[in-house]
Order: sequence, then structure tokens, then C-alpha cells
Amino acid sequence: MVSGFYKKYIPLILLVLALLFVQAMCDLALPDKMAQIMNEVITGAATTAVLKIGLVMLGYSAAVTACSVAVGYLAAYIGSGASRDMRAAIFNKVSTFSGTEYDRFTTSSLITRSTNDVMQIQMFTIMLIRIVLYAPMMAVGGIIRAVQNSSGMSYLVWVIVAAVAALVTTILVLLLVAQPKFMSLQKIMDRLNLVAREGLTGMMVIRAFNTQEREEQRFDGVNKELRDTNLFVNRVMSALMPVIMIIMNGVSIAVVWIASYYATDITMVTNMMAFMQYAMQIIMAFMMVTMVFVLMPRAIVAAKRINEVLKTESVISDAKDAADAGRLKGDVAFENVTFRYGDSENAAIENISFTAASGMTTAIIGATGSGKSTLVSLLPRMYDVSSGRITIDGKDIRSFTLKSLRDNIAYVPQKNVLLSGTIASNIKYADENGSDGRMVKASEIAQAAEFINEKPEQYDDPIAQGGANVSGGQKQRIAIARAVFKQAPIYVFDDSFSALDFKTDANLRKALGENLGDKTIFIVAQRVGSIMGADRIIVMDDGKMVGYGTHRQLMETCPVYQDIARSQLSEEELANAR
Amino acid sequence: MPANNHAGPPRRGPMGPGMMMPGEKPKEFKKTLGKLIRYMRTSLPVMIVSFLIAIASVILTLNIPNILGEATDTLISGVLGKQVYSAVEEELPSRLGVSSMDSALEIVAGMYNSMTGENKTKYDVTLGDLASIAPSDEVDSAQNNVAEKYLEGLMSLPLYYEPQIDIDSIIRILILMIALICASGALTYVQSFLLAGVAQKISYRFRRDIDVKISKLPLKYYDKVSNGEVLSYLTNDVDNISITLNQSLAQFVTSITTLVGVLIMMLRISWILTLIPVVIVPISLLLIMLVIKHSQKHFVRQQKYLAEVNGHIEEMYGAHQVIDLFNAQENSRAEFAEYNNKLASAARKSQFLSGLMQPIMQFIGNIGYVLTCIVGGILVVNGGLGVGNIQAFIQYIRQFNQPVSQFGNIMNTLQLTVASAERVFAFLEADEEKETGDKCPENVQGNIEFKNVRFGYDPDKIIINDFSSSVRAGERVAIVGPTGAGKTTMVKLLMRYYELNGGAIYLDGRDMTEFNREKLRDEFGMVLQDTWLFSGTIMENIRYGRLDATDDEVKAAAVTACADHFIRTLEGGYGFEINEEADNISQGQKQLLTIARAVLADPKVLILDEATSSVDTRTELLIQKAMNRLMEGRTSFIIAHRLSTIKDADLILVMRDGDIVEQGNHETLMKQNGFYATLYNSQFSR
Repeated sequence: MVSGFYKKYIPLILLVLALLFVQAMCDLALPDKMAQIMNEVITGAATTAVLKIGLVMLGYSAAVTACSVAVGYLAAYIGSGASRDMRAAIFNKVSTFSGTEYDRFTTSSLITRSTNDVMQIQMFTIMLIRIVLYAPMMAVGGIIRAVQNSSGMSYLVWVIVAAVAALVTTILVLLLVAQPKFMSLQKIMDRLNLVAREGLTGMMVIRAFNTQEREEQRFDGVNKELRDTNLFVNRVMSALMPVIMIIMNGVSIAVVWIASYYATDITMVTNMMAFMQYAMQIIMAFMMVTMVFVLMPRAIVAAKRINEVLKTESVISDAKDAADAGRLKGDVAFENVTFRYGDSENAAIENISFTAASGMTTAIIGATGSGKSTLVSLLPRMYDVSSGRITIDGKDIRSFTLKSLRDNIAYVPQKNVLLSGTIASNIKYADENGSDGRMVKASEIAQAAEFINEKPEQYDDPIAQGGANVSGGQKQRIAIARAVFKQAPIYVFDDSFSALDFKTDANLRKALGENLGDKTIFIVAQRVGSIMGADRIIVMDDGKMVGYGTHRQLMETCPVYQDIARSQLSEEELANAR
Repeated sequence: MPANNHAGPPRRGPMGPGMMMPGEKPKEFKKTLGKLIRYMRTSLPVMIVSFLIAIASVILTLNIPNILGEATDTLISGVLGKQVYSAVEEELPSRLGVSSMDSALEIVAGMYNSMTGENKTKYDVTLGDLASIAPSDEVDSAQNNVAEKYLEGLMSLPLYYEPQIDIDSIIRILILMIALICASGALTYVQSFLLAGVAQKISYRFRRDIDVKISKLPLKYYDKVSNGEVLSYLTNDVDNISITLNQSLAQFVTSITTLVGVLIMMLRISWILTLIPVVIVPISLLLIMLVIKHSQKHFVRQQKYLAEVNGHIEEMYGAHQVIDLFNAQENSRAEFAEYNNKLASAARKSQFLSGLMQPIMQFIGNIGYVLTCIVGGILVVNGGLGVGNIQAFIQYIRQFNQPVSQFGNIMNTLQLTVASAERVFAFLEADEEKETGDKCPENVQGNIEFKNVRFGYDPDKIIINDFSSSVRAGERVAIVGPTGAGKTTMVKLLMRYYELNGGAIYLDGRDMTEFNREKLRDEFGMVLQDTWLFSGTIMENIRYGRLDATDDEVKAAAVTACADHFIRTLEGGYGFEINEEADNISQGQKQLLTIARAVLADPKVLILDEATSSVDTRTELLIQKAMNRLMEGRTSFIIAHRLSTIKDADLILVMRDGDIVEQGNHETLMKQNGFYATLYNSQFSR
């Protein structure tokens, strides 16, 4: 699939091959011309003859350079172009992914696949075009020329064969010896990082228990391992350069030696001089080819990882006969809904049934991992139910187009992700052409207007990536304002009040009650205090709905709810709340 | 999002050679270099020796092209002799009317022997050895005349009988070469072997020193320097130093030796030919600098766009839920396409420009090669130079180009290394946590008194202005306040992670600064929400509280901490291995383990962070029970979230914007009707 991105470059690649061929031919012509000059010189030719051949050589060199520059440009063009298309394809593909695919790949892996892996392939492509394609031509052409130059001294060809064999064997042996350690090097490095990171994040604990020495020993163990492994790899690889040097020089020696037995005239001697240079070119070409074996595995891994992404189809997409939902009223019903993540054995939520009519506030409470967030995330089809169904206004949500369904739901996710831009661009995310009045109103409801007005540039104040420059509470309120701004019939607040202090929480709930009274509202919460006033409370425990009713009903009937409430409130407060 | 995992600038671009990136310049090159040299002083002798070896290995191979040239020359003269001889051999016998060259030579010898005086001396040099050949008796005068006529031609014969290529001398030369090459190769290996040892020894030491330093710096230091940066010192910067020690320095030494040595060798062959590289190399350097200057601009741009693309990808992937929910995929794709195109065009330019280097170098190299052929050829024709000389010179000119083109790279790497070393030394030299006292706390009761405490993370921004309070042994203190109010500040002050800007905290009536910090911390226990477990068995993790505790003591602590039950349900019980991510046990179980740890440490003063969200209901009850047991008989400071805990506390410290704004118990605070009362009421009013 990755290879598909190179299809449109096939004519260019053919052009590259042609250019490389010309380049190789010109490059290979040089030693022969040199031999010619030497021949002329020895047989006492005139200066003009030497100059003439010299000019031809300069012409060849210029041609080599011109081809090589052109190939360089084409390589950069193809490499960067194909990776641009690849990146775009991955990005567009990933933007169709639902939570299921994100869970499967993990976000950080998707990021690496879109960035590093593509870069890896770009580097490899450029290398491949510029060096690797060239090497075989040089090798073949070099061998032909070398054979021509060895007439009468056929043993010379065996020198090259032996040298290439020796070289390739050496490189392969060294790689084989060093490779396993090379692989473990990265792992040791990761471990070193891990141990050091633990030492940094656990700094307070380590100092509290005065266990610095133990930590240092732990680090030292990994550190020593890293040192020894590095040393081994470096020392093995140290042999490479001297061996290459000996082989290269050995070739020259062997060539002169053989020639001294077989050379009978001057042409053979100058041929020998040309032969030496061809031998070097051939050996270099083979070394380049071995480089492929070093680089290729990484590129292949990268390509595989990219292919995986491109081949994946989102499990959530529009049904064939999906219809536009239009503006819904907002009567939601869960009918026997069960959902499990991927292939996991345990259902994240199981057999959930309830209805939430428009104008009603439904709260969902329970411990972390009990399935609260999962429950609400099914509504905008972040995930699809495994069995059962969810309806809005009596219609299965899967019968609507995704876009029109989501247009009807204003959602404040648990993770309050803001996007880089301004406060205004974040609040107006649902509709960038929305009026400022609507934005201010939404901010007031979300209890965000006050702090926004204190910012130097109010609504135009910049927001850094991820909202890193605003506090948790502010982030949460901007995210709430963003949802309120959307003006949908259904609102979902997934644990959206956790970073707010009690007072802001209370004011916010009051404002929501006043302004969104006719909407269908879902609130996921941890604090009993935040949801005591809801029309209905769903109590989740281990994926099951263990209680459904008002606060008062649940205090009498639901033991899990009682536990939660008691752990947070005193009897007196519980009594007061009634 | 992994955005903060690698804080600090990318030190080496993911694309292309370091040469293309404008190097970071160290602030104090000489000073840092001096420090670096002092840091590795024990390894200096080995390094110097290996540099000497490197120089020796270069010198050994320096003469090889010349020697090979000599062999070629010998070969050529041998072949030439053969060629001339065979030409003579073809003609002379037939002209003399004899059948073989031997007979012809006999005739010539006879003629030579009959010569006298000046004539004979003239030919002595070339034909003298003919005297040993017995002259033929049957020479007629016609033959003699022909022989005389050919004498001039015979004179050009370097040898008087069938010339042989002087294989012996060629082989002698070649054996010398093999010896030199093998010796040089061996020396190169020894040199890299030694340097690899030095590099690893030094980088090991750097890493060890950095790690040790990590635990010696005050926590304050880490307010300014992120974990990512410290990790980058430990990995990237130390790697830079290691690579330089391992390769770049030796390359530097060999490059200079090669440059000087080759120049001398070239001058010895011909100063006229030497002019070729001397003129060409500066031109090529100029061209390279021009290319670098141009491509650096594009490389910087490429890095910038790459960062933008990566940033956008990170942001969009991280926010995918929001994008889906707000149907904003189209926007995000369009925005991405814009970044992506910019990157592709910058990548194309920078890759092309950096790719120019090699053809340019090759072209320059080829021009040198061709010019050497031409000029050398002319020099040979006019006498004075042998063909072997030219062959040698061609090799020298190649050797000369190589270090020149590497030079820029090496210098850049060196600069990068010194910049890295500068950062590492700055870290290693940072002020450590100072010991203010050496007293050892004895028979600690746990009375804590705060007197006029003033504190700010930044001395210019005092957040705790003037706080005084006293806590009697065994009392429970609840610290409350909205998120971000600075509740953990109190923990950091009690543990003396940070020093006060004014006032004092007393333990049993003694200023805490009088005590040795480590001994003092032994009296304090900490159970934070941010549980810190390491990969290892449960047993080891609990024992972390007191490293000399027996297995039974560990188990007893686990029982007290309500952790024994769940531990026994795990596979392997106390031997259960917690993995590196510590995600094979639940958050609540982790908290129970940290409580067990604190139980084992048996401190007099406790600091607890109450669990909030991430624990299931049943475990939360267990944790509460365990915490209550732990607090028994100890002075406890609790960062409280649960109102029941707060109401039971002997003292409540109310925090807002970093400062302690109110203190007292629940009743008195409610009566005050201040911030605490607002906080309390707001949660239950609707």
C-alpha cells in the first residue's frame, strides 16, 4: 500500500534510472580514459593528444555531475512528494477513526506512524534512489569494464570476486555478531530512561524514605549494562574500518602482483591501472548494496506500520440507508444496551435500559471503571453498542448519518481538550460564524465569563496546544461553554465539574437548570453533592445498572449508592439534602 | 499526550546530517572544554596514546601510493624493456643473417670485444656484459657492418639479454606494502578499541554522576528544569559526548595528520601537480560553505514545518473525540493539508540542497583527477616524472579531498558536544541541597509548631505570608481548599523539600532546620495519591518503607493496611511482580500498598493525601479504614476531600491561592462565616 504512493512517480523513476545509467556510463569511462592518457604518455605522444583526452574526461565528469544533481533533485521531489501524500492519507484515514481504532492503535502510536514512520520512509526513498539504484549499475558496468581491462590477465577478475566476497562476509559477520546486542541496546536505553524517570517522578517518595542509595544502585545496574553493551558493539564494529582498508589495499597489491607476471606490453600495464580503479568502484558499489540490508528492515517496519493504519476501516460509519436526523426533540431511550471494548471478555456495560425524555436531567454515578463514561459515549456513537439499541425520538441512532446525529448532541468530554487558537475560536468551535452574543451567553452559563474578562485580551486571549496555559478549572468551563454554545437538544456532561470548586459547581448547575431546562441532559459525576437534585440518577457498578431513581429513592433502596453517599457526606448533610 | 515527554529542543534533526543544522554554539567554549578535559583526566593518557597510535597508523599508510607507484614503474620499465627487446629480436638476427638471437648476440659481442679506446668506453655502460659472451668465430665483415649499424639501437636496450620484469623487486615492494597495511590496520583497531573504552567509561561516569546529582538537588531546582530536560542530559547530551570521544576526536586527529602528510607526499612528487589540489580545495570549500549556508535556511524551515505538522497531528489525534463530536474533521484535514504542503516543499528543497554536497565534492574530485592526468601526463612526456608517480598522485589527491570535506562536519560535532557538555556541567554544578544542621531527632512526640512561616516558590512571589499555628502530638490536621489552592505546599514544607523564606517550623520545640534532613524525614511518613511503585515484587515494594524489615514484619504491615487480603488473591501472593508501568494492579490496591509501606516505616508524623476519584467504592472504604488505623497515635496532616474527615479533624487549615486563609475546627470556622463556610455551604445548596 505504501508502494502505491510511488505509482504516480513511475515516469520520473524511469527518468531517474535513465539518468543514473548515463551517470554510471560516464563515471565508468573515466579510468579507461586515464589509461589512454598513460598509454600515450609512455609511448611518447604529443601534449595535444593528452589534452584532447583530458578534455573528453572533463566532459564526462561534467555529465556525471549534471546527472547526479538531476537525480538528487528528482529524489528529493519523489521522496518529499510521496511522503506528503502518505502523511495526508494517514491523517485523513485516522480522522475517520472512532474510539475503537484509537484504542487499538493507541494515540501515541498513531502519532509516530504519521510522523516518524513517514520520515523514515522518506529518508529511505531518497537513499534508495540516490545510492542504492546507482550501485548495481556501477557494479555491473564496472565488472564489464574490468573484464575488458583484464584481457591476458584473467586472474585479475578473481581478485575482485575474492575482495567482494571477503568484504560482504566481513560486514555480514560483524553485523551478525553485533546485531543482537545492537537490538538490546535500545531496550537497555529505554530501561535507563525508565529508571531515571522513576527517580525523577518519585523524588518526593525516595527522599521521604531516604532510599537514594538503593535507587542509585538500581540505576547503576542498568548504567553498567549499557556501558558494557555499548563497549561490545563499538569494539566489534571497530574492526570494520581496518578490514575494509586492508581489503581495498590488498586488491591493489594483488592486481600489481598478478600483472607483473602476465603483462607483456604497455597497454596491459595501463589497463591494469584502470582495472585497479574499476575494482574500487565495484567494491564500493557492493558496500552500498550491503547498506540496504542495514537500512531496509527499519523502512519495512515503518511501511508495515503505515499499511496497518491505511488498511483499517473504522467500525463506525454511516449505514447505507442512513438518513439526515434533522433537528431532533431529544427523547433518548437505551434498550438492553450491552457494550464491550474490542474482544474483551467482560462487557464494559451490560443490559442497560432506561429512558430520558426531553427536559429531564439524568445523572450517572459510580466508581471509576464502573462504565459511566462508556455509557454516555455510546450516545454520539463514539462507540457502537454490541447488542441492544439506543433510540432518539424513537429511531435507532444508527439510522441517522453520523454527522447529523452528532449535530444534535452537545458533549463535554471527560478529558477537556482545548485546541490551540483563542478562547473565542474554542467556544465557537461548533460554528465559527456564530454571533459574539451567543458566545458571551454561553460563557456566562458556563461560569467562564468572569475569568475570561480578566484575561488581557478577553475572548481573543490565546490558548496554547491542549489548553496548557489555562488552569484545569478554566479549561473545564471553556469546554462547557463550547458545548452550551452548540445549542443542541441533548447535552452530555461527562464528569465535567470535577475541577470546579464547590461554589462554582453550584452556580454552574443553577445556570444550566435555568437555561437548558427544556433539554435532555446527562451528567456523569463523582460527587453525590453535584447530582442529588437530578430527576433521575443511574447508579453504575461494574458495568451494571444497580440503581435507578431519585436521590431519596436510592438512599432507601440502593446499597451501592448509600455507600458512596455515606463516604462523602455525613448523616446530617444527607438529612439536610432531603 | 506525549507532548511533554521530550522537552527541550530536538538536538539532532531527524533528517539528514548534523552538518546541515546550524549548530548550537556553546556559551563558553574554552571554559567548558577545560572542564571536560579535567573531568576525563584519568583517561587522558589512554586518549593521548590512542591519538599517537592513530597518527602512527596514518603515517604508516602515507607512503603506500608511492610504493605502489614504484611497483608500477618497475613493471612499466620491465615491460618496456621486453617490448624493445622483442622488437630488436625480430629484426637483428635476420639482418645479420643468423637464425637466432643468441647467434646475433655472439656477433655483436665479437664486435664489441674487438673495439678499443674511446669507442669501447662509450659502450661499456650498456654492453659491457656482452664481454662474458663468447664471440662467434664465423663473423664476416658484412655482418660486422650490420652489427655496427645496430649498435646504436642495441644501446637503448636496458638489458643485454632478454629482459625480465623485475618480479623479485616488485614482490619485495608488495610484501612491504602488505606489512605496512596490516600494521596500520592493526593500529587503527587498537586505537578504536582503546577509545571505545574511554568513551564508554566517561559516559558511564557522566550518567552515574547525573543520577547521583538528581537526588542531591533541592526540589526547587526542578521547578525550573523539567524531567524531560534532565532525561535529555542523561541520554542525548551524554550520547553526544560519547560519540565525539569515540569517533570525532580520532577523526579530527587523523584528518589533520592525513592532510599534512599527504601534502608533503604530494610536494615530494611534484610541486606543480600539488598546485592542483591547493587551488581546487579552497574553491570546493567555498562552494560547500555556500551550499550549507543556503540549505541551512531550508533545513531550519523544514524543522519548523516538521514541528508544526507533528504538533498539529499530536493535537488533532489527542483531540479526536472533540473533533468527532463537533463534526470538525473537514476543517482539521484542510488545516493539515496546508501544513503538510509547506513541509513537503521545504523538505524537497532542503533534501535537494543537502544532496548537492556529494555531486559537488565528486565533481571537484574528478576535476582534480583529470587535471592530474593531463598535467602529470605532460610532465611525464617532458621527462622528470614516472607514470607510477601519477598513479600515486591520483590516490593522494583523493586522500586529500576526504578530510577536507569531513572537516566541517567534525567541527560542527565538536561544537555540539561542547554545548552538550556545557549543559551537563551546568547540571552537575548546580547548588545542592544544603545541610543546615546535624542533630538527630530523638524520642519524637510529634508536636509541630508553625511560627510566622513565610514561603513562596519564587522568593519574589510569597504565597504563604505569615502563618502561625500549633499542632499537638496525635492531632489530626485537615488541609482543605479548592483545586490548585496549593494544598501540597504544606507537605513540601513539612518534609523540608523546600526551605522557608521566613519564620520556622518546630518539631517538639526544636527548629526543624537544626536537624539532619535525612534523619528528620525518617520521622515523617507520606502517603500520596500519586502512588509510587517500582517494578519488583509486592514484598520489595512494601519493604521500601524500611529496607531492613523481615518478611513477617512486611506481612504484618500489609495486614494493618488492609492489603493482606488482596495480596493473597494475587498470583504468587507477596511474590507477585508489579510490572514496569505498574498497571497490573489497580489504583486502589496501589494506595493500600503505599499505606502498608508507611505502616512499616512507622513514622511519628504522617502526611496523607486522601483518595478522590480513581478508586472503586469498596476499595475506597478499605483505604479509609487503613488510613484511620495508620493515623492512630500519630500527628497527621491530611489533604482532605471528604467532608467527614474534615469535620472530624482537630484543626482545619483552609487554603486559597497558595495561602492559608483560615484555621480552626469545623464549628469555629462555620461561625466565622468566611471562605470555609462558603465552600461548605456551596456544595449542599442547590
